[in-house]
Amino acid sequence: MLRLENISVQVGSKKLLDNVSASFLPGKMNLIIGPNGSGKSTLVKAASKQIAVCEGSIRYSEKQLMEYSYRELAKIRAVLSQHTEVAFPLKAWEVVMMGRYPHFTNHPARIDEQIVVQAMDYFEVMSMADRDYATLSGGEKQRVNFARVLAQIWNAVPGQLRYLLLDEPLTFLDVNFQYQFMRKLIELEQKDDLVVVGVVHDLNLAARFADYILLLNEGKVLAQGQPSEVLVEEKIEQAFKIKPVMLTHGSLNYISF
Amino acid sequence: MLSRNYSASYFYLAIILVVVFFLSLIFGAIVIRADEIMSAFSDFFSGREMPLQERIFFDIRLPRAINCILVGASLAMAGVLMQALFRNPIVEPGLVGTSSGAALGASLYFVLGATLKFNAGVWTLPIAASAGGACATVLVFLLSHRREASQSIISLLLTGIAVNALCLSGVGLMSYLARDPQARSITFWNLGTLSGSSWNSVILIGASTLICFFISLRLTKALNALAMGEAEALHLGVNINRLKVMVITVTVVLVAVATAFVGVISFVGLIVPHFLRLMKGSDNRFLLIGSALLGGIILSLADLTARLWLAPAELPIGIVTSVVGVPVFIFLLRRNQHYF
Repeated sequence: MLRLENISVQVGSKKLLDNVSASFLPGKMNLIIGPNGSGKSTLVKAASKQIAVCEGSIRYSEKQLMEYSYRELAKIRAVLSQHTEVAFPLKAWEVVMMGRYPHFTNHPARIDEQIVVQAMDYFEVMSMADRDYATLSGGEKQRVNFARVLAQIWNAVPGQLRYLLLDEPLTFLDVNFQYQFMRKLIELEQKDDLVVVGVVHDLNLAARFADYILLLNEGKVLAQGQPSEVLVEEKIEQAFKIKPVMLTHGSLNYISF
Repeated sequence: MLSRNYSASYFYLAIILVVVFFLSLIFGAIVIRADEIMSAFSDFFSGREMPLQERIFFDIRLPRAINCILVGASLAMAGVLMQALFRNPIVEPGLVGTSSGAALGASLYFVLGATLKFNAGVWTLPIAASAGGACATVLVFLLSHRREASQSIISLLLTGIAVNALCLSGVGLMSYLARDPQARSITFWNLGTLSGSSWNSVILIGASTLICFFISLRLTKALNALAMGEAEALHLGVNINRLKVMVITVTVVLVAVATAFVGVISFVGLIVPHFLRLMKGSDNRFLLIGSALLGGIILSLADLTARLWLAPAELPIGIVTSVVGVPVFIFLLRRNQHYF
C-alpha cells in the first residue's frame, strides 16, 4: 500500500498540496483527476521522491519514503511521465535497458536482457528495438517508455510490493492508444503485489477503468472513493467550473459537457 | 541483438594510438630513427652516458609524446562528461570557461607565486589551475542558469564567451607582468603548446588522467540515464545532485591539470566525442573509453602537424585543433538548431 498522510507541499507562498491524505491499494486501478493546477503532478512528484513534502508523511508499505535511497526506491518503484525526449541518439532497446539500471552495476546480466525482451514483447515494440528512439512516433515512444518502466519493476520481490506511478501518460496519445494502454494497465494491475497510481485528464477514462478515484482541487482532496461516489454532477462542477451532462449507455456511465 | 560490441573499436583505436605514438617519437625538428630509440633505451637501463641524439629523445621527445596522449585523453574525456551533464553535444571545456579559468589560475600562480614567495611544491601549480578552472566553471554555471532547459544552452555558450574573455584578459595582464619566461608567453596560454613537456608534467598529468578515468567510469551508467532528463534519471535511482558535483569536480581536475602545463587547447573535447558517437552511438561508457584512446590519437596527430608544418619552427597546437574543431562546432550548431 502507498499511503499519504496529511501531506502538504509549498513553493514560496503557494500551497501546491494542502493536507492531502490517501491510500492506494495493490490490485486496484487508482486514478487521480482534477483541473489544471490542482496538484495532481505535484502529488506524483512527492510520491516518487522527486520533491520533498513540507508536512506529513509518505509510506511505501510500512517504510517511510525518506528512508529509501534513490537506488533502493528505483528497484521497487517506476514512474512513467507524459513524454520523454533523449538528448543523444539512442536505440529503442537502449532506452528500455535503462529500466534495468537500478539492478546491475556495469554490464547487464542475462536476466536483464531477458526482461528487456519480455517487456518489449509485451508492449509490441520488439520490431523497433534497433531503431533510433528520436525517429519513433509519439505513440511508439510512449510504448517504449512503458516497456522501460515495466522492465524496471518486472520481477516480483518476495514480501515486497511494487509501485507504478503514472503522470498523465496518455496526454499526447490518440484515442486508440489511450484505450490500448488502459487495457494493458488493467492486465498488469490484476497482480496483487503491484500498486498502480495514475494521473489522467480524461474523466471518461477514469469512469470506465478506475476502481478508486482521488479528485483534487486547488491542492485539496475534493472527493475520493469509487467512481460512482466521486464522479457526480456537483463535485465535477465544483472542481472544473463547468456543468456536466451525465449519460448512461448500456451499463456504462459517460460524462459530457 | 540487445548489446553492442565495442571491443573491436577499442582494439583498432589502441592499434592506431600505438602507431601514432611511435610516429610522434620519430618525427620532429630532427628525425630519430628506430634503432636510435632502441639504443637510447638500452643506454638508459644500463646507465651509460648518452649521446646528444639520445638525450633529446629522453628529455624532450618521449615526455612530449606521452603528454600528447595524456592531455588528449583528459580533454576528450572532459568533453564527454560535460556533454552528458549538460545533455548537449556542443559543450566542451574550452567553451564553458574551464580551460581559460585554469589558465588564469596557473598564470596568477606563476606571477604572484614568485612575488609572494610561495613555497612552490610540485602540486601547487595544478592546484592553482584547478581553483581557477573551478571558479570559472561554477561562475558560468550560475550565471547561465535558466529555468527553461531550451534557453539554458544558448545562455551557457554566451556566458562562456564572456567568462573566457575575462579570464584570457587576466592571463594577458599576468603575462605582461610576468618575469618567468614560460608564463610571459601569451601564445602559450591562448593557443597551447606541448613543447615544454617535462617528466614532472608527465607524472602529474598522468596521475590526474588515470584517477579521473577510473572515477568517471563509475559514473557512466548514471550519465546515460541523464540523457532522458533529470527527473527520469532520478526515477531510475540516480542521486542527481551528487552526480553533478562529481562530474564537475572530475572535469575541472582533468582540464585544469592539463591546461596548467600545456595552455588552453580548445575543441578536442568537441571533436573526439562527436566522431565516437558517429561510430557507435551514445553509450557514455564507450564514449569515455573511446575518447581516452581517440583523444590521444587526435592530439598526437595535431602535435605532429604543429611540429612538422613549418619545421623547424613550431605552430601553437591550438591553431591546429581549431582548424579542425571550428567546422565541426559549426556543423553541430546548425544540426542542433532546435535547441535555440
